[in-house]
Amino acid sequence: MTARSVMQQADITRALTRISHEILESNRGASDLVLLGIPTRGVILARRIAAILDSIEPGSGTVGALDVTMYRDDLSRNLVRTPAPTEIPAGGLDGKTVVLVDDVLYSGRTIRSALDAINDIGRPRIVRLATLVDRGHRELPIRADFVGKNLPTSTSERINVRLLETDGVDEVAIA
Amino acid sequence: MTSILIRGAALPSGEATDILVADGIVTEVGSGISSAASSVIEASGLTILPGLVDLHTHLREPGFEQSETVLTGSRAAAIGGYTAVFPMANTSPVSDTAGVVEQVMSLGDAHGYVTVRPIGAVTVGLAGQQLSEIGAMAASRAKVRVFSDDGICVSDPLLMRRALEYVKTFDGVIAQHSQDPRLTEGAQMNEGVLSGELGLAGWPAVAEESIIARDVLLAEHVGARLHVCHVSTAGSVDVIRWAKARGIQVTAEVTPHHLLLTEELVRDYDSRFKVNPPLRRNEDVLALRAALADGTIDIVATDHAPHPLESKQCAWDEAANGMVGLESALSVVQASVVDTGLMSFADVARTMSTSPAEIGRLAGYDVPFAVGSSANFVLYDPSVSREFATDQLRGKSLNSPYLGFTLPGRVVATIHNGRPTVLDGELLAPEEVARG
Amino acid sequence: MIHLLSTKDLSRDEAVQILDVAEDMADVATREVKKLPALRGKTVVNLFFEDSTRTRISFEAAAKRLSADVISVSAKGSSVSKGESLKDTAQTLAAIGADAVVIRHSSSGAPRVLANSGWIDAAVVNAGDGTHEHPTQALLDAFTMRKRIHGAASRGKDLDGIAVTIVGDVLHSRVARSNAWLLTTLGATVTFVAPATLLPVGIGEWPVETSYDLDEAIDAGPDVIMMLRIQSERMHAAFFPTAREYSREWGLDDERLSRLPAASLVMHPGPMNRGLEISANAADSPRSTVLEQVANGVSIRMAVLYLVLSGGAK
Repeated sequence: MTARSVMQQADITRALTRISHEILESNRGASDLVLLGIPTRGVILARRIAAILDSIEPGSGTVGALDVTMYRDDLSRNLVRTPAPTEIPAGGLDGKTVVLVDDVLYSGRTIRSALDAINDIGRPRIVRLATLVDRGHRELPIRADFVGKNLPTSTSERINVRLLETDGVDEVAIA
Repeated sequence: MTSILIRGAALPSGEATDILVADGIVTEVGSGISSAASSVIEASGLTILPGLVDLHTHLREPGFEQSETVLTGSRAAAIGGYTAVFPMANTSPVSDTAGVVEQVMSLGDAHGYVTVRPIGAVTVGLAGQQLSEIGAMAASRAKVRVFSDDGICVSDPLLMRRALEYVKTFDGVIAQHSQDPRLTEGAQMNEGVLSGELGLAGWPAVAEESIIARDVLLAEHVGARLHVCHVSTAGSVDVIRWAKARGIQVTAEVTPHHLLLTEELVRDYDSRFKVNPPLRRNEDVLALRAALADGTIDIVATDHAPHPLESKQCAWDEAANGMVGLESALSVVQASVVDTGLMSFADVARTMSTSPAEIGRLAGYDVPFAVGSSANFVLYDPSVSREFATDQLRGKSLNSPYLGFTLPGRVVATIHNGRPTVLDGELLAPEEVARG
Repeated sequence: MIHLLSTKDLSRDEAVQILDVAEDMADVATREVKKLPALRGKTVVNLFFEDSTRTRISFEAAAKRLSADVISVSAKGSSVSKGESLKDTAQTLAAIGADAVVIRHSSSGAPRVLANSGWIDAAVVNAGDGTHEHPTQALLDAFTMRKRIHGAASRGKDLDGIAVTIVGDVLHSRVARSNAWLLTTLGATVTFVAPATLLPVGIGEWPVETSYDLDEAIDAGPDVIMMLRIQSERMHAAFFPTAREYSREWGLDDERLSRLPAASLVMHPGPMNRGLEISANAADSPRSTVLEQVANGVSIRMAVLYLVLSGGAK
């Protein structure tokens, strides 16, 4: 099955830039903003968004990582996963506006796990979700607040997100 | 009375022959026997051996009937090709009086599968303190000639000296379980690299060898016979070889399991492989095979040791020592020393029948194929090969180390004092064999 | 990982994976809600045929922090002490649906017998069997070493090039055995120091160095020195003549402590005989890892329980 490229580097950069502005707009500024990327690629995207936020309003790009392996609902059924580190920024999450960042939003179960994880760590004032790609087929009532690109897909298709830092190139492809 | 014509069996020497058995004895031997007989066994392709004699077995009755009885043990023996067994004295009550040994012998005779010649304890209650009434046991109907505290070593050197001297009076022999108790307190398996890794207390070879060395020198000094039970180490073989070269009257036995199995089987802590003396190294197995072949070790004896399931289905430390072995003995001997080219079936006949009978002073086994001799035979098919399973066991207990192993050979028929106990590979029913 | 019965069975990658997962588990202990839902709905049974308060509490804490249901069975006062067999106890646990059984037993090999028996379907974790192995102890020791040496950059690392000296009753020590296999798998060099009576026959075949001389071993400047507990019963079986002689020859006293390199770690699996194999100063010095070994024990045991209980259906 040949892969069809739907986003290239320039598309991704524009999307992230737009998302960064949308975040600032909806938050009415950069105060109490914490970006939490979901490993692996969500963390990379979160760091890029943080860099963009910093360039607009210096000091606004507080970023961390939130590993949700221990909160998944399918632990008994699939291969054992080794968790990645969770790094919560020094100010914690209490009272903050937390923006979860992931590369692909699909069934919504990963985000549900992330909400459980956040619950055990602290009590944000608001939690929002930014995703590079929304491919539909939600199994839970979860929606993204900031979306890079809507990509309607069939369940037999796969979305491959590749990023420079991990895969050597920026590309979103459907296979 | 019954007469049986065995046709076309291969003698241990290899040549085929017919044998006519009537009224319990051999009446004709040769090819092409034409005399009539009430039954005929077609034995071409089968090897005929003299009835096997086990000088070391545990029948557990009286006292431990949950593991085995004289009846079930006799049946296990018969299916293994045995026509005589010498049960050890560690029963309850201990076989240390004429009364107990006569009782055990009578049970064997009544059941009829094998000739049972009980072994008498060396010391009262196996306590290692006071000699038991050896004279009374020797004079009893059981005519005990072999005395042993097996399970326990007669470790007190003075007591062992006295025992060796005293049994001379009655043409007896002390069969020693060679195990220095102080060197083997809490021992669980052979002491070596593996025991260190597995965290199991070790049973060092020197604990066996040092007792044998002491005992052969004592036997030499007092001019007595000594029999060494279940030799398990290469070092023990060296000591016995040295003793025999000096003319010391020592005989020795090895179990089938020590001819085939090594301590590697202990790795998974499966207590079917827990036995005393323990399974040792491959070097020991090879030395024992060579010793049996060259006569340093005189006989094979099974040390058949039945135990109930609950004594084996537990942690290693808690498990009982012992393996059943009557049913599998001939197959294991074939696999370990015959099929490997070290010994012939003539050697098997010597080490599993003639010599054990001689050591135990059991009459009637010296010239098995001669006219006029008691008819005790086993017909054996060495050509088959099958996976050993619980359906081949006939005793009461299932603690065999060979379950799942592929072993050669099959006993087709066993004849005890002229009467069949096994035909077509299956035991005859107790009612048919019993002598009332 | 289906069972954890011994460190001898672990490959380098499996061992590093356990240590890395334990890093994340350690983080949980710093949060306000010290819990993860990973083992919610699973039943972990602590089956302790041998008394051990510390290890049992550690496993209990580990299971509870992963939200598992915990049942602790200890030998005293239970039907186990009345002679109920390993088999019967195991079958009772199977009937109540145990997903994992953490077993400590005085017989070497009991966890292996349990795992191979077919009496239960649960994952088996060895919490110490006779003188054979104590895998989670070795894992927490390795984790402690790694953390002290590599700090925040521990993830993914092994113990390549680290010199570990273990002193004491190796013959009767399951901790020594588990550490010997695990530490060498992780790339460390292990040296045993003890009188000849306390070294197992055949130790020449093990992947370790041996020495009878503690002073010489200390002057070699090990990165880690681990002291094993000496039991006085060994004196009666003539393994060594007196406690005083043992302490003089193989005890980590203040003089030897001062000759140890400043960065060396002093470890002890506990419980300690202060004044016998280890001086009070050595036990309480900043180089001693004894307290953090306890905390790390919970993280390691959380990692082990997570790894045996998650993963596809068998």
